[in-house]
Amino acid sequence: MTTPMRGEPSGGGRFGEFGGRFLPESLVPACEELEREFRAAWSDTAFRGELDELLSSYGGRPTPITECKRLGDRLGLRLLLKREDLTHTGSHKINNVIGQALLTQRMGKGRLLAETGAGQHGVATATAAALMGLECKVYMGEVDVERQELNVFRMRLLGAEVESVSSGSRTLKDAINEALRDWVATVEGTHYCLGSVMGPHPYPWMVRELQSVLGTEARQQTSVLLAGAVPDVVCACVGGGSNAAGIFSGFVDTDAELVGVEPAGGAAVGHGLPGVVHGSRSFLLQDDHGQVSEAHSISAGLDYPGVGPEHAHLSAIGRARYESVNDDEVVGAFRLLSETEGIIPALEPAHALAWVVREAASLRDKTVLLNLSGRGDKDVAQVMDLLS
Amino acid sequence: MRITDVGPGGFPQDPPRPDEHGALERALRSGRDAGRKLLVPYVTGGLGERWLDVVRSVAAAGADAIEVGIPFSDPVMDGPVIQEASTRALALGATPDTVLVDLANADAGVPLAVMTYYNLVHRSGHQRFARSLADAGVAGAILPDLPVDECGPWAAAADAAGVEMILLAAPTTPDDRAARIVARSRGFVYGVGLMGVTGERERLADSARQLAARLKALTDVPVLIGVGVSTPTQAVLACEVADGVVVGSALVRRLLEGGGPSEAARFVGELRQALDAG
Repeated sequence: MTTPMRGEPSGGGRFGEFGGRFLPESLVPACEELEREFRAAWSDTAFRGELDELLSSYGGRPTPITECKRLGDRLGLRLLLKREDLTHTGSHKINNVIGQALLTQRMGKGRLLAETGAGQHGVATATAAALMGLECKVYMGEVDVERQELNVFRMRLLGAEVESVSSGSRTLKDAINEALRDWVATVEGTHYCLGSVMGPHPYPWMVRELQSVLGTEARQQTSVLLAGAVPDVVCACVGGGSNAAGIFSGFVDTDAELVGVEPAGGAAVGHGLPGVVHGSRSFLLQDDHGQVSEAHSISAGLDYPGVGPEHAHLSAIGRARYESVNDDEVVGAFRLLSETEGIIPALEPAHALAWVVREAASLRDKTVLLNLSGRGDKDVAQVMDLLS
Repeated sequence: MRITDVGPGGFPQDPPRPDEHGALERALRSGRDAGRKLLVPYVTGGLGERWLDVVRSVAAAGADAIEVGIPFSDPVMDGPVIQEASTRALALGATPDTVLVDLANADAGVPLAVMTYYNLVHRSGHQRFARSLADAGVAGAILPDLPVDECGPWAAAADAAGVEMILLAAPTTPDDRAARIVARSRGFVYGVGLMGVTGERERLADSARQLAARLKALTDVPVLIGVGVSTPTQAVLACEVADGVVVGSALVRRLLEGGGPSEAARFVGELRQALDAG
C-alpha cells in the first residue's frame, strides 16, 4: 500500500501500524473467506456492474453537489455539499450495505447481522435485506433505541428484527459487542454487515472501497465546478469514519486539506491512545488499565470510543487532521443550515459544519467541500426536545 | 506492534515455541500421563471479597489448574454469566493490578492461568504485562481475541518472561490453521467446544468431541475443551476424547447466585468425582 485510502492495506490488513485482525478464532476463518470473496468480487466486472446498477436505479446515485450560496456568503467562504442525504434511506450507509448484501448472496449466506447507532446503518441494512430477500437482525443500544424510536420502527417495518442491547454503555459500542457475540454463534449462514471502516480486516478496507463511490463522484463533480481545480478543504464527520473515508478517498492524492470532525465526547483520534477493540488496532478512548471508556455525544451515530484504523494512520502520517466540536456547536450548525439553505442535516454531518462555522475566519475565501452524509429527519424529534 | 517478519500469505511468521515446558504444561502433562482427566475451573478475578478463597477451595476440590479472569469492559467472547461477573468485579474496583496482587498471595497449590482480553495487555505493554504475570506467580495466559496471526509481540514477551501463551482453536478452524495453533500454544491447547460465546448449554455440542479429536491428532500438548461444558456428565463426555475440560459459566453462575467457597468446592468436587469415575 503506497497511497493511503487507495488500494489494499498491507499484509494482514495493516494501515501503517494500525488495523489487523484481532478477534476470536471462531470468526477468523469467516474473515478470511470474506477477504477472498471481496477481493474476487471487486475485480469482477459483472459484480461491479450489478452494484453500480443498483446504486443508481435503487440507491439514487449519483448524488449532486449543492453550493450553499447564502451560507457561504455569511461565512465568507465557498461551501459545497456532497448530498448523500438525498440517497435512498437518507444517508451514505446505503453504498456500503448494497455492496455487502450482494457479497452475502455471492457467499451463499441467507442472513445479515448489523449494529447501529443512530439507526441509519440499521435501516440501510434492513432495506438491502428486504430488497434481496435476506433475513436481518440489528443490534442497537437501549439508549439509542430511545432517542431514535422512528428508525427502530422503520427497521421493523422493513422486516428486520431489532434487539435492544442493555449491557455496558447501552450505545453503539455495546451493540457491536452483541453483534459479534451473535456472529460467533451463527457465522456459517450469517454475514456481519459492519457499518463503518472499522473492525477486523477486511472490513476497514472493504467498507472504504464501497464508500469510495461518493469520493470518486465528488472529485469529478468538483472538477467541473472548479474548472479542473480541487477544493481547498474536504471535511466530514468521523465516528467510525466511513463517510469521511469515502470522501477522503477521492482527494487523498490532491493538495486538498482533509479534515475529520469528531464529537468532543468521542474524539478517539483527538484524545485516544492506541488500543485494540472490535477487531483492529486504532486510537481508542480508554482508561489507564485499558478498559474502554464510554463516549458521549448528542449524535448516536458518532457515540463511539474508537475510530477506523485508516483514520488513525492518516492522522499519524499527517495526511488528515482531526478536530472536535461540542454538542452546542452542533445544534447551532444544524439550525443554521436549515435556516439558510433549506437543508435539515443529520446531527452527524452537522459536526463537520459546526467546525466550518467555528473556523470560518481561517477558512476565509477558501473552497470547502463538506460531505453531508445524511438527512436530519431522524433527529428532528430529538432536537425539538432539546430546544423546547 | 510493527511487523518485521512477513511469512507466506502476508502474515507474520509464527514465532517458534520454546522447547522447555512451563509449570502449567508440566503439571497438565504429568496429570494426563498418570491417567487423570484434567479439570480447569474458571473464576472471575475480583468477584467479591472472598474470591481468593474460592480459588483456594476450588484447588483443594480437585482442580488441576485454575483459570482466573481479569475483567474487561467489552468481553466479546463471553455470554451473559461471565459478562455479569466482569461488570460486578469492575464495579468492585478490580483492575489487572489488584487481581495480580491478590493472586501473588493465593498460594493455591496448582498452576494458575489468567484469561483476559488483549487491550489490557496492549495498554500495559507486552513486556510489562508478561513480567507482572510472572511476578504474581501466574504460569499462563489466555487472550481469546488475539489469534495466532497477531500473537507475535505478545508471544515474544510471554516467552521471555516464562509465561505460557495458551492459544484457542475453534470448530471452524481448518486443519492447516489448527496445526499452526497447536505448534505455538503452550500450557495447553484451548479447544472452543462450540460455535458461540461462553455459557451453559443443555447438552455437550457434537463439535466439542469432533474438535478434540482433530486437535489430539495434531499434537501431544494437552487438549482441553471449554465453552459449553456445564455439568459433570458433559465433562465426562468431552473427556472421552479430550485430555480435560475448562468449566467457567456453570461455576461463576453459582457464585453470582450467592454461592461462596464451599458451594464452589462442592460443584468442582462433583466434576472431579465424575471425571475420576470416567
